[in-house]
Formats: sequence, structure tokens, C-alpha cells
Amino acid sequence: MRHLLSTEDLSPADLADLLDLTANFADIQARDIKKVPALRGKTVVMAFFEDSTRTRTSFDLAARRLSADVVTFSAGSSSVKKGESLRDTVETISAMGVDAIVVRHASSGVPRRLTEWTDAAVINAGDGWHQHPTQALLDCYTIQQRFGSLEGRRIAICGDVNHSRVARSDIDAFTKLGAEVVLVGPRTLLPPSLEGWPVKVEPDLDAVLGDLDVVYLLRIQQERLGSALLPSLREYRARYGLTRQRLARLRPDALVMHPGPMNRGVEIDPEAADDDRAVVLDQVAAGVPVRMAVLYRVIGTGQFELDPSEGEAA
Amino acid sequence: MTLTVITGGRLVDPNRAAPALDVLQSSTEADPAHTLDVLVDDVTGTVVAVGADLAAAHPDARPLDAAGCLVVPALVDLGAHLGQPGFEQAETIETASRAAALGGYGAVVALPDTDPCTDSAAVVAELRALAKAALCEIVPAGALTHGRDGVVLAPLGELSDLGVRLFTDAPRSVQDGGVVRRALEYAAGVADATGAPLVVAQRCRADDLAGRGVMHEGRWSARLGLPGEPALAEELIVTREIALARLTGGRVHLQQLSTAGSVALVRAAKAEGLRVTADVAPAHLVLTDADCAGFDPNLKLDPPLRTPADVAALRAGLADGTIDAVATFHRPCPPDAKELPFDQAPAGSIGLETALAVLLPLASDGGAPDGAGKLPLEALLAALSWQPAAVAGLGDRHGGPIEPGRAANLAVVDPATRWRFEAASSASRATNSCFDGRRLTGRVRHTVVAGEPVVIDGEAQR
Repeated sequence: MRHLLSTEDLSPADLADLLDLTANFADIQARDIKKVPALRGKTVVMAFFEDSTRTRTSFDLAARRLSADVVTFSAGSSSVKKGESLRDTVETISAMGVDAIVVRHASSGVPRRLTEWTDAAVINAGDGWHQHPTQALLDCYTIQQRFGSLEGRRIAICGDVNHSRVARSDIDAFTKLGAEVVLVGPRTLLPPSLEGWPVKVEPDLDAVLGDLDVVYLLRIQQERLGSALLPSLREYRARYGLTRQRLARLRPDALVMHPGPMNRGVEIDPEAADDDRAVVLDQVAAGVPVRMAVLYRVIGTGQFELDPSEGEAA
Repeated sequence: MTLTVITGGRLVDPNRAAPALDVLQSSTEADPAHTLDVLVDDVTGTVVAVGADLAAAHPDARPLDAAGCLVVPALVDLGAHLGQPGFEQAETIETASRAAALGGYGAVVALPDTDPCTDSAAVVAELRALAKAALCEIVPAGALTHGRDGVVLAPLGELSDLGVRLFTDAPRSVQDGGVVRRALEYAAGVADATGAPLVVAQRCRADDLAGRGVMHEGRWSARLGLPGEPALAEELIVTREIALARLTGGRVHLQQLSTAGSVALVRAAKAEGLRVTADVAPAHLVLTDADCAGFDPNLKLDPPLRTPADVAALRAGLADGTIDAVATFHRPCPPDAKELPFDQAPAGSIGLETALAVLLPLASDGGAPDGAGKLPLEALLAALSWQPAAVAGLGDRHGGPIEPGRAANLAVVDPATRWRFEAASSASRATNSCFDGRRLTGRVRHTVVAGEPVVIDGEAQR
């Protein structure tokens, strides 16, 4: 794997391989000493043109636990605000001799463009509304941990699908692993065309709630109100929020997932967020081994074997 | 007096039918039964003689070999952004005109979105002064409204007295239908008073429906996670302007049509007898929204690239005369502008050098692999030359039949040459081309403007 830009580029076998590798790294994370020398001597740059404490911290930890050198570059403290072109910035970073660039950007397509300007591996840590492939991997891992497999599972992705890179990546990954995906939400928050999308659409959350293995809630942003996409957060909660009443109708073995940060009281009521079926923290925990697996597949030399004894040896 | 003789070419013009392009491409020898020499004079700027063996009769004339080539009236572009005054870091009239001449153009309409914009006699005078360095004729278009603000009319009468015939706020679209209505009425009055045929031209985009769209709204915008601009944003204004043409009896030209719905609306308007004409950009006849999948901002155009069904409808519209002209809307960007992310980069592509070569394959069987109909060569050349010349009021010196006494604005096109367009080596100062790196078939060999060979064997002469 040269880069990780989109779950669209991953085959079911690629996904399975990354999830297997994630399980191995998760085992190492359970140990007392969590660091392995897999990427010793490699340099990873965190190029976060858009703020993201969660994803950046997760990637940062993943790289360090593989013994890579990590440099963090964030737009707030960089020359980007001085009008330097994206290309100049990236060429400057890669001229310093880096092995991988982990990039987060508010504009769709930036990681793809970067691959044209650098020899380093590019890992997409979220671009615009487009893709967030490591989030999809950690979501798959979390579901797989609970159910053994995604095959045949019924997953509803609920809310602001159109503006969600998480939804685009999840839909690709979930369906490639055999799950059935239904999109739930007001028409204004669904993509303008679903031609070619392997999904069903259900405008009424209550119509599907009782049959779901997973209800995946997306964050609703206040700014959607300004563009006539929603009348109010109150109306959204009433029709699409996972309220206490809806929680009661969810199957006892179902999972409640959310990419975070949650708007408690909008798309998810506090009772639902704190319910035993909510695996939001498991998702966060899966983030580190998933990103270790991705970094290892993209810039690992292949000589390092995941021998169970090696963790301790390092 | 310097004479030039164009030898052994196949003449195509409004009075001479086009041959089958495939036959022309496959024939290695010029067919003497169908070829003629053309003798031109750069002092009078006219064609002196058309006939057989003129080279032998005029040994003093400079010969330009046109064997195996089409000799056509030079092309006329109904709209290009030429960079001057105000945007010299992106383009100058001289560099744009060199690209135009290399592309076979004899006249280019200069869009008015300069700084200052072309809403006064002074800017028209400045353009005319700058145009002295140009390799082809530069025709100023006037702004439709003062400062292109879409509110107050520009001095259409004063600009008309200076010879300006086409008025537009492009690339902006005048949003207020009341303003467009008054512009049509006022322009019709000026035209009646002076006898000068004025054209109100409009880029059709309802800004409210277009929203923050950066590409066509559809399956690709959904997949790529980019805000889309719906086809309706264009079709709504096309509908309105046709209705205003009906109401006022005015003369409307619709710029840069990009959707199947727009083509259908214009076809119906023409059938009704309304005074409506339309143009389309080369890119919209060959590229689609799927080409945006690599997030290359050079594929970000305004209007955006649409679907294969739209491309097919636009080609059909060009073939049946619904669309009158191909207009490049050549839009040079400053050096780093297209290195921004797709959603932040400015829209537009340069296009003067590549228009003919991009479209010529559509006229041969190999040009329509996607099932769209073949475009008759005559329809293509008409849309690139004589029809836009008529729309812009240039029919007295551009796009006319190749006959003695006519203005000598000619392009010699080798339809078989295969070449690769590299934007970095374009004559344009800008490199933002949606056709960068593309392999093309057919190339302009010579361009003659007012009797002067400004391009010889694919090389600009100044």
C-alpha cells in the first residue's frame, strides 16, 4: 500500500488485512510496554491544516508506539497563514526527508493532490466532506470486536451524511465487509445523488430502529441551520435524535456509535451516550492500533515480524 | 506590398462544403481536383486571387504549403479573458493573441472583466491601444452594467458609437431580471437609432441556486464530497432570458451553455423565431464531471463540467445549429492559483490554442467513442468561424467566403497531425489548461491575419 487516501481504494482483502494487523497491534497495546521498533528511523509528519485534537493525538501515539520520529505541523503556527501555497508547503516538508505525511484538511481532495507533490507516503486523516479512512477502519474494528464480523449486519448511518467524510468512508468499508447500510436523515442532509451507492435510504428512524445491529449517529453542526437545511436542532432531535425513548426500542445487543465529538441532547441524548450499548470510547481506543496498522502497511519495511515476544524485547 | 500564396489546400467556407474528414486524413496526396491556391496581400489585408497554380504565376509571393490541409476562414472567439488591463500577472493581450493565432483565431472578443472593466470609452481606447501588439484582431466587448455591478446600465450608446457590439457582464451573470429586461429594451433602441446591431450576452447562472457549488451537482459531487451546482441554476436563467427576448423582441446571446436542458430550451426558442443565439465552450463538448475525480483544479470550470448526457446534448445542439458558436472563455489564472485545493481554486481554463484540435476529432468517426453522434465538419467550422463572426458583428471581415477582395483572415489546418499539448509551453502566459498533457489530432499549420502570416508551420512569427 503506497498511500491511504480513501476506503474506495481498499479491497475487502485489504480491509481484512488491516483489521488483522490492527488486532495484533491491539494485543501489544494491552502490554505493559507498548512500544515496538517497527518504524525506528522513519519520520512521520502530522500536517494538520484543520484542527483535530483527537485524530492528531491518535496518529501521534500510533507513530510513537512504532518508534517513528514524529513532527507536528499545524496550520495555526505555520506559513500557511502567510499565503504560502499548499504545494510549496508540502514540497518544503518533503524536502526535509520524511517518510509519511498524515494530512488533515478542510478541503476535499487535498491528500490526493499531495501525492503529486511528494515522494512520501500520504495518509488521509480526513479531507473535507470526502473521506476519513482510518475512522472507517476503527469503526469496522469496533463492530468486528463485538459481532465477530460485519457480514450481514444491519447498520443505520443517521444524520448529516452529505457533509460527512466519516459517512462516505464508512459506507464503502461497511458494505465491502458485507454489512447492509441504510442512510437515515432529512433529505437536505443526504447527498444530492446516491447513484452507485450500495445503500438504502429511510427517512424515518423509527421505521428501522428495532432491526438494527448498529446505529451510527453523525454530528449535527449548528451551521447547517443557516443554509436552510434544518429548521432547528430541536426538530432534528425530535425526528432523528437517539432519545431515551428510542434507546428503549433498540435491541439489547445493538451498538450505538458516534465519531465524536458528540452533541449531547441533539443527535444523542445523554442517556444514550452513557448506555452500555454505546461503544464510543471503544472506537477511540481502536484508533491507535488501527493507525499503527496503517502506518506500518504504508511505510513499514516488511522485515519486522509481529512476533509475540518482540514487544517485550523492544 | 508582400504577397503570400497558400498552396494546395482544400478550401472550406460558408460557400464551400467540407469534405469527409476521414477521407482527408487518410489521403497522403493532395487531390488537385479539389485544391486551390489562395494569394493574399498584407498591405490591403485582402485575398487577391483564388485559383489553381497561383504559386507559379506569382514567383515573388511567399509560399505557404497547405497540401493535405483545410484552408478556412480564421476562427472567431466570442469571449476570452485577456488579462489586460489589470491582470497582467496572468496574461497579456500580446501573449493571449499569440496563443489565439497559434490556435487559428483571427479575432477574439475581449471579455470586459478587466480592472478597470470595459464600461467606459477610456477602457475601450486602452484596449485598442494594447491590441496594436496583438497577432490577431482584438474586439472589445462592453460591460452590460456599470462596474459589472448588475444594477446600473453601462453606457451602451456611447460604447456602441465606438464600435462595441456585444455587451456582457461575464463571467458574472446579471441576477436581476428587471435589469436584463431594461438592457434589452435600451440596446434595441440604440440599435434602431444607429443601425448598429447590438447583442446583449448573458452567462446563465442563478447565484442563489448555484450556492457555493464548485462542480456539477450529481453523482460525482456526491462521491467526491464537493458542494455541487445544479443544472437548474443555469436553466432557470436560460428560461428567463428566453422569456425576456419574447417580451422585448430583443437580441439575446446565451453564453457557455452546459446542460441538456439549456440546449432543449434554446432549440424551442429558435423554433419559435425568437432572436436568441448561444455558445458553448470546447471543454463542455469533450469532458465530464467524472474528470474532476482527481481533484485537479484545472478541471474546475465555470460553468462546471457536466454529465455524459449533457455532453451528448451539447454536441447534438452544435450539429443541428441550436448552438451557434464555440467560445473558449479562455481564462488565464495567476501562477499559483490552481495549486489551491479544488474548492478554493478559481474556476476556468485557458483554451485558445487547443479549441480546434480538441474539437476536430469530433468530426471524424474516431471522435465519438462514448456513443455521442459524430459532428459534421461543416457544423464545427461554422461554429468556430462564420457563425460567431456574425454574432459579434464581424461578418464584414471575418468568417466570409474565401474570395478575391475579401479580408484575408485565414487558418490552414492539418487535420492529421498528432501532437501533445503541454500547457507549460503554451504561448499563453498562463498554464491552467484542462487539456494539459492531452494527445490531440489536428493542428493549425498557418494563420493569416489581414494578409500577414502570423503563424507559419506552427510557429508564431512575432
